[in-house]
Amino acid sequence: MSFTEEQITRYSRHILLPEVGGKGQKKLSQAKVFIVGAGGLGCPVAYYLAAAGIGTIGLIDSDVVDLSNLQRQILHHTPDVGRSKVLSAKEKIQALNPDVQVNTHEGRFTSLNARDLIRHYDVVIDGVDNFPAKFLINDACYLEGKPLVHGGILRFEGRAFTIIPNKSACYRCIFKQPPPAGVVPTCQEAGIIGVVAGIIGTIQATEAIKLILNIGTPLTDRILDFDARTTAFREIRVKRNPTCALCGPDPSLTELIDYEQEACQLQPSGTMLTNG
Amino acid sequence: MQLTINGKPETLEVSTVLDVLKSKDIDPQLVAVELNTQMVDQEHLGTTSVKDGDKLEFLFFMGGGA
Repeated sequence: MSFTEEQITRYSRHILLPEVGGKGQKKLSQAKVFIVGAGGLGCPVAYYLAAAGIGTIGLIDSDVVDLSNLQRQILHHTPDVGRSKVLSAKEKIQALNPDVQVNTHEGRFTSLNARDLIRHYDVVIDGVDNFPAKFLINDACYLEGKPLVHGGILRFEGRAFTIIPNKSACYRCIFKQPPPAGVVPTCQEAGIIGVVAGIIGTIQATEAIKLILNIGTPLTDRILDFDARTTAFREIRVKRNPTCALCGPDPSLTELIDYEQEACQLQPSGTMLTNG
Repeated sequence: MQLTINGKPETLEVSTVLDVLKSKDIDPQLVAVELNTQMVDQEHLGTTSVKDGDKLEFLFFMGGGA
């Protein structure tokens, strides 16, 4: 496949970079990225990856656009309220860059479809808003050998973390299992500064591009936490956990688990979390 | 004793990791604890001792995304 004049112009600022060049741009155009969730994180990830000329973007989300999403979910516009998020996202992606193939899945990411959905992709992005799904994505990516870029946001804080199966620490190396339902608030309950979704989402998109181009040092074995109140990043070094039930030498988890969906409520005495 | 918690020096009179969490009013279910770069299993929080100069990192669950 060779680029048209128009594509050379479109991607010229990438092609100028010695680390990318025509060869790298070609890799991007052949790459496939699967994004779980077309919300706060999924939108900026998809938007930047589309702009970057990623060949195929897979999107799964079961929700429709709500007016309260528009403060941060930048692919969805006011007239999209009530419409399917994946279809709304697909339209914006293709308006930005018609070169991108967008595969949409209206539905939930579950233990039944997870592995099949990600199997034909090169990189997976976590853009979900609940722990059962975060663990499911981690486990499915490990079992399918897919690099994963994890993301999480809450209030003024966010987190990014890249996982390369069998090479770097996985989410379960740090967090063994989801917290009890209801004790950790979600954005829906506790709020989120919209731009934090953009900051973490663009870090996730950067990680995906780096993995595809094989440049630089991935955000592996380091958890990057961001606090918008102080505009400070904290990097926590982590390593593979020899007792990890998933990626340790003696795994007890060899198939996917659907944890109960969390009750979307804060306990009345719910601990207010701060990071550090 | 002198500990470094999330990169900041702190003086606490404690003997185990669980004591550190208690002294800070942190529910152990909500946090992953790293002691000198090793993750501490949740069931071992109360039996893992801390000593002067130890470095602890608390990683709170952050589950949002949409």
